[in-house]
Amino acid sequence: MITLNINNTPYQVDASADMPLLWAIRDMVGLTGTKFGCGMAQCGACTVHVDGKPVRSCSFPVAAAVGKKITTIEGMKDKITEAIQNAWVELQVPQCGYCQSGQIMSATALLKAKPNPTDADIDAAMQGNLCRCGTYQRIRSAIHRAAEMIK
Amino acid sequence: MNQQNSQINRRNFLRLTSLTGAGLVMGLGVKADGLSVIENLGTSTASFELSPLVMIDQTGLVTIFNTKPEIGQGTYQSIPALIAEELEVAMDKIVIKQTGGEKKYGPAQFVGGSSSVRTNYTNLRKVGAAAKEMLVKAASSTWNVPVSECYAENATIIHRPTGKKLGYGELAEAASKLEAPKNPTLKDAKDFKILGKSAPRPDIPMKVNGTAKFGIDASVPGMVYASIERCKVFGSKLVSFDATAAKKVKGVIAVETCERIHGIYKSEGVAVIAENYWAAVQGRKALVVKWDHQGNETFNSKDYEQSLREAAKKEGAVEHKQGDFDKAFAEAPTQLTAFYETPVVSHSPIEPMNCLASWQDGNKLEIWTSTQVPGSVMNDFSRIYGVKQEDLKLNVLFNGGGFGRRLYPDYIHEAVQLSKKVGKPVKSVWSREDDTQQGPFRPLTFSAMKGALDANGKAIAFQHKVISPTLDMKKDYDITKADGTMTEGISEQKYEIEHMKNLYVHHYVHIPLAAWRAVTSTTLAFSHECFLDEMAVAAKKDPMAFRLEMLTKDSDTKQILNKLKEVSNWDKKLPAGWGRGVAQYEFFAGQAGFVIEVSKKGTGIKIEKVYAVIDLGTVVNPDNTRAQVEGAAVMALTAAIKGGITFDKGATVQSNFHNNPLVRINEMPKVEVHILANGGSKIKGVGEPGLPPFAPALCNAIFAATGKRIRRLPFDINKIA
Repeated sequence: MITLNINNTPYQVDASADMPLLWAIRDMVGLTGTKFGCGMAQCGACTVHVDGKPVRSCSFPVAAAVGKKITTIEGMKDKITEAIQNAWVELQVPQCGYCQSGQIMSATALLKAKPNPTDADIDAAMQGNLCRCGTYQRIRSAIHRAAEMIK
Repeated sequence: MNQQNSQINRRNFLRLTSLTGAGLVMGLGVKADGLSVIENLGTSTASFELSPLVMIDQTGLVTIFNTKPEIGQGTYQSIPALIAEELEVAMDKIVIKQTGGEKKYGPAQFVGGSSSVRTNYTNLRKVGAAAKEMLVKAASSTWNVPVSECYAENATIIHRPTGKKLGYGELAEAASKLEAPKNPTLKDAKDFKILGKSAPRPDIPMKVNGTAKFGIDASVPGMVYASIERCKVFGSKLVSFDATAAKKVKGVIAVETCERIHGIYKSEGVAVIAENYWAAVQGRKALVVKWDHQGNETFNSKDYEQSLREAAKKEGAVEHKQGDFDKAFAEAPTQLTAFYETPVVSHSPIEPMNCLASWQDGNKLEIWTSTQVPGSVMNDFSRIYGVKQEDLKLNVLFNGGGFGRRLYPDYIHEAVQLSKKVGKPVKSVWSREDDTQQGPFRPLTFSAMKGALDANGKAIAFQHKVISPTLDMKKDYDITKADGTMTEGISEQKYEIEHMKNLYVHHYVHIPLAAWRAVTSTTLAFSHECFLDEMAVAAKKDPMAFRLEMLTKDSDTKQILNKLKEVSNWDKKLPAGWGRGVAQYEFFAGQAGFVIEVSKKGTGIKIEKVYAVIDLGTVVNPDNTRAQVEGAAVMALTAAIKGGITFDKGATVQSNFHNNPLVRINEMPKVEVHILANGGSKIKGVGEPGLPPFAPALCNAIFAATGKRIRRLPFDINKIA
């Protein structure tokens, strides 16, 4: 048994050490807001925060997450996240919505590090997150909008 | 997807019933053989089932049933909105329920061809309007006042002279006893509160906090997971497998075979079933499987493409003919020919294919999945697996992207078979590699173009010959016939060219194929509209003026081009090193056009600005329409400049997003969308029309900037020699 601290709650999971964190979160803990997209850190749908930093949970072994603070979309309750979620709704960003948990996890990490991101900052922080529906233009606007809201 | 139910327009009559005192239930009559006209309440209810599309209970709760799965296109808002508008109830006051292919909701439970709103715009409004008229009548009877003194607002009926009010809940039972009006009065568009406005989508709040449930999120107690090994070489047969090592992997429960059914393409797979998905994946890696490749192991893109070029020499079947093309072309002072090529591409929705299936008692089946086609899953699975429709329950969750991929239930078949074999609920999840490598794919089309100009540079003859396989993958294709889907739109363009002969040459391939967002128009618009540009250049005319000269009569095409000309400042000089291009395409789903501006940047080009115009006639949600066109531009850009799918040694070369990349945020051009919605009776699709004209507008812009004519997709935008 491995103990994982997810959204400030300890969970005991019967996972092999090499199991990606994603599957422990989804299949064992039952938090499904974090999505499976590619399994090789190419699409960002599985993005969670580990000690506040965005990681691709599909390629992050459970063993490496032990003793660390894991936050999924369900556990994001801070002001920055709230602003981002409000901006996402205001600008009607999601279409199918499948990638958006990951987009929001990356966007919150960006705004935490850079409260006033430039377009180049957004490109750098968000290009690991694919969106097949093509909502990128709105993601960019919503990040700027959220930054404004937080001020 | 070019499938439409011709019966849909007969959904003009409404039917009412009361559910054991539950309140008002409104809907459309549905017979076993399809939709039918039901004229009065006296009919025995035995001969048909009611299709409840709106239910109002005695507490006033309004439930609207959405028959159109949400795949990102916005039907979770637009379809209920059609009913809510006429019913005078706000969108945030209704409960929306997704139907699951049940017969009572009718056969049109699918999303494809940008058809949802355009085929339901009037009949769903009638459902809401009829319910409202009955509530008004119930109130007028209760108060004993004339109907003309009562009106509906915010889910209440109000007596105008006195201001008395009754809520819908209080009137539901009385209303349920009234006859449904056959021809309820519809609101004037100027009185709309929801339709035509940029209303927020009710699914979006769920999609920003992780609570939206997609097919892959479904879960039931006792569920096990499957990962399926399928042969990478298309057309192979399973010979044998050794599961010894796989079964030793911790968590693995069973190893079973299953059949993937995709139209006439059928293939066997070996599934590893485990307590969690990761264990299933590890078990799958330990499988030893022997396949018989049936001679397909030498198949490759290079040879197949060469065979298409050879096939292009055939005359082909005539798809459309007007005037005398051969004579006009032969005698014209200026003749042009060109050959255009497009790739195979993947759909790649970010939610991989998945399905949870659970058999109970060996004869009842429940399915949870993301699908575009609940209606046909209900019908086909009931028949194929011998389950009565009443014993088959299909739960349709949000689709993490459709794009045509989820029109095909191959992944549902696998899970259904596996659940039966292991006697447990099985959730099958495709890996990204499965999704990328197994198809089905958008087929490639090659186009042989011919055009002729008269001495004044006027287009007088035009030919588009399409060379391709067909979506149904049939080998014994009747070569005397042109395939309507594979020649989609090429004879529908409004350009007035006197002599035309469009042709189709079938060329078989054994790879599983599928409709892709905007179907064949996504490839044919490229050849069609780029070649028109070549003709404009040969005529020494401005490409916009050249097109408009061929549009003397009024048409939507002319309106789109004029609007594009205006919004893009077409006649304004661009900076040195820049170029702009235009394209439009009309096809069954609708019509849009683009002007794209590019600049030279090193060896490549940069997309500076994208102007889009989509013509709808009537718009239900302008903001969502803009979102769809913005997204269509991104999808079209990926198809134009990213790698595409290729085959070698019988199998797909690409495997995941590292070698089958999608456009990322840093590559997203600025897209400005304009909507033409001039009213009238026409209403066109939203989801797809933004794709086809993008690539040709881009390539025409690249020609304008660099003089380089691109005739093959994909191309490297950073290396325009």
